[in-house]
Amino acid sequence: MRDVAVIGVGLTKFGELWDKSFRNLTAEAGSKAIIDSGVSGKDIDAMYIGSMSSGRFIGQEHIGALVADASGFSHIHIPATRVEGACASGGLAVREGFLSIASGMNDVVVVGGIEKMNDISGTSATETLATAADQEWEAFFGVTFPGIYALIATRHMHEYGTTKEQLGQVAVKNHANGAKNPYAQYQREITIDKAINATMVAEPLGLLDCSPVTDGAASIVLCAAEKAKNFTDKPVKIIASGQASDSLALHGRRDICTLDATVHAAKMAYKQANLNPKDIDLAEVHDCFTIAEICAIEDLGFVKKGEGGKAVENMITTIDGEIPINTSGGLKSKGHPVGATGVAQIVEIVQQLRGEADKRQLKDPRIGLAHNVGGSGATSTVHIMEAI
Amino acid sequence: MDNIGIISYGSNIPRYRIKAGDIASVWGKNGDTISKGLGINEKSVPNIDQDTATISVESARAALKRCSINPKEIGGVYVGSESHPYAVKPTGTIVGEAIGATPDLMVADYEFACKAGTAAVQTCLALVKSDMIKYGLAIGADTSQAAPGDALEFSASAGGAAFIIGKEKVIANINHTLSFTTDTPDFWRRAERKYPSHGGRFTGAPAYFKHIRSAAINMMKKMDTKPEDYTYAIFHQPNGKFPVNVSKSLGFSYDQIKQGLMVPFIGNTYSGASLVGLASVLDVAKPGDRIILTSYGSGAGSDCFDMTITDEISNLAREKAPKVSDMVENKKYIDYGTYAKLTDILYWE
Amino acid sequence: MKSNVARFWREIPQRYNLIGNKCENCGKVFFPPKESCPICRRNSIGKMKELKLRGRGQIESYTIIHVAPENFEEQVPYPIAIIKLEEGPKVTAQIVDCELDDVKIGMNVESTFRRIQEDGYIGAIYYGYKFKKCD
Repeated sequence: MRDVAVIGVGLTKFGELWDKSFRNLTAEAGSKAIIDSGVSGKDIDAMYIGSMSSGRFIGQEHIGALVADASGFSHIHIPATRVEGACASGGLAVREGFLSIASGMNDVVVVGGIEKMNDISGTSATETLATAADQEWEAFFGVTFPGIYALIATRHMHEYGTTKEQLGQVAVKNHANGAKNPYAQYQREITIDKAINATMVAEPLGLLDCSPVTDGAASIVLCAAEKAKNFTDKPVKIIASGQASDSLALHGRRDICTLDATVHAAKMAYKQANLNPKDIDLAEVHDCFTIAEICAIEDLGFVKKGEGGKAVENMITTIDGEIPINTSGGLKSKGHPVGATGVAQIVEIVQQLRGEADKRQLKDPRIGLAHNVGGSGATSTVHIMEAI
Repeated sequence: MDNIGIISYGSNIPRYRIKAGDIASVWGKNGDTISKGLGINEKSVPNIDQDTATISVESARAALKRCSINPKEIGGVYVGSESHPYAVKPTGTIVGEAIGATPDLMVADYEFACKAGTAAVQTCLALVKSDMIKYGLAIGADTSQAAPGDALEFSASAGGAAFIIGKEKVIANINHTLSFTTDTPDFWRRAERKYPSHGGRFTGAPAYFKHIRSAAINMMKKMDTKPEDYTYAIFHQPNGKFPVNVSKSLGFSYDQIKQGLMVPFIGNTYSGASLVGLASVLDVAKPGDRIILTSYGSGAGSDCFDMTITDEISNLAREKAPKVSDMVENKKYIDYGTYAKLTDILYWE
Repeated sequence: MKSNVARFWREIPQRYNLIGNKCENCGKVFFPPKESCPICRRNSIGKMKELKLRGRGQIESYTIIHVAPENFEEQVPYPIAIIKLEEGPKVTAQIVDCELDDVKIGMNVESTFRRIQEDGYIGAIYYGYKFKKCD
């Protein structure tokens, strides 16, 4: 196994992008990343693409081929593979790309994540997102995707005293960060009052506890670390890649309030990197809903189980806090083009570690963590990166 | 003569109620006048997830809870209703599957306005009597609808009852059954139409009264009985007035019909009506009690049953399922807007 | 949902009668039934026995759905809960026949037969389990 580095990153603006098609988004993010990396087309050995449900969003499957085509690589016949793990599709694509280089099979790989969600109605988009849940035994009975996370929230509040204000605080923080991110879907701050009084979606989660429907794409170029200097003078090493699965339905889990898939993926990653949670300088975590961020910081080991709410309340996870979480604005403010999210998280970490995060820049971060989740926690990936 | 008749029973009445007065005020009528005139205070309304199939299943399951038969030994399921969820695809198979009686089972759905349930009882009786089946399950259930603003809107309600017919451990011996049937168009619903139509006052004397009186008189002649020989008399109850009037005209007292008269509290459950009345009587009946039940279905016909409660009723675990009176009391009031939404008056696309 | 009816017909024994199964090797109960026991694995082949669950359990968590999927809009707001059945497995289902405020973690519930959803005005109707308060 050899070391892998990120040598280029790129992303499109996230939002309701009426003028951009799936292909437009793909080409834009991909070319930005490739130009940033310094590689040329002939250097690329393979492509790995994460997209949750192009079939239902744009009626198109066979995405690996489509992306290779839209990126201009069909004529040189680059191997292109699409991976899917619901909202963790991006993280899985990163991992597959990483493994293909670490194993020695490839030297340079482009990883992309794309989702074009606005070509269908809002109701259809919501239903498509719900296919991340157990269709027969959850969705069939009328529970929505926010409803499933609401079940986690209700139990978390019951067991640990987490409050609606603490949930709202997550949204406030992420919007404050997103306001500094020119690529974010929402670049305006919100008040705690607005957050907790928003229209109810599934109690206790309201509209502002939920990440939006978004179009967008993100891309990174991975390279064997030993060859990275051929292309760039600011490589960022991926020092760990962890992945885990769990029961598809929330009711099949060991503990409703813990995403064991996150715990295991994180353990795997910390072990690989020989690190502890306290060694992490910043993290992009999967805040598809505010409660998800609270569970994430617990399950990743930044705080003890049950103390996530208090940690948010005590401002530990703000951009100035002990462990800044979601400096990009998170899924909540930056947006959540499903398949792109996992890759976009890597983009943010890399930009922070390279000192390119502009208004969101932290002071000299060395180690960053990206955490991506599929569904209500049936899939999780954790990647740790280090500036070299 | 071997006993043959009801060996167990169960009933189901949805929780929601709407007051006659609340319906009346929407249409600019006086609630008190309507209630007094019809003898109906409120009616049951099905929730959006309740229908004839769910009411039938819950009634059948209640009947099974009270006795200890193996559902696989039920040889026939017959469900009578005016509001089967499908025009084609039987309610009976849904019930059969839900109680574990399939696949060695005869099934059919019945329609005969409000007497489809009692027709099902007659069929099960014949199949059991002829030893073609060991046990039969007869159900009468409805979630009947009425056109907004029509007089029927005050009475058309939801509910049902199920009866297991057999020869062993009979709790109510069916001494005799007969019917009185003519082609009388007093009330009908054309195929493809949503709401029924009726002949106004024509639904009285030449329809309801003629058929019920004829069937009951024929029965008492056949059984050589007089009204005072019966402990309970149960009649079809489209409103609170008709059954009181017909029972009086036949010589029955109010005390005899009171236990089986549910319509003032839950409205007319159509195919469930007289059968829910019977379930209410069985909740309190004692060995030796004699019952005469006369249903009525528009179109038109009456099925009459002469029954005697046996000692076996003391062995039936009646407490294992809710009493009709308990279900009548377990209620939640809704307003007309909610009622309109639930009964699909608003067209939904 | 414009599905082939076969997909939901197949699960009638589960939705109507809570038919799960039990690993005779270790005694663990599963709902819906599993092909083999995840704990005993190959030692459970041929030892998975059909089991009808009683339908009684307790609410472990719940939410009130205000924004519903297609086919459920008319029912809003409605409670959905994760219920731990007495035999061990958990299910996700609607809670019925009580006020929204009555729904609590720890509430004892029992199954009831209801209409779950239908495929529009002309499609099939799917029945199954919901849960109501019991003692």
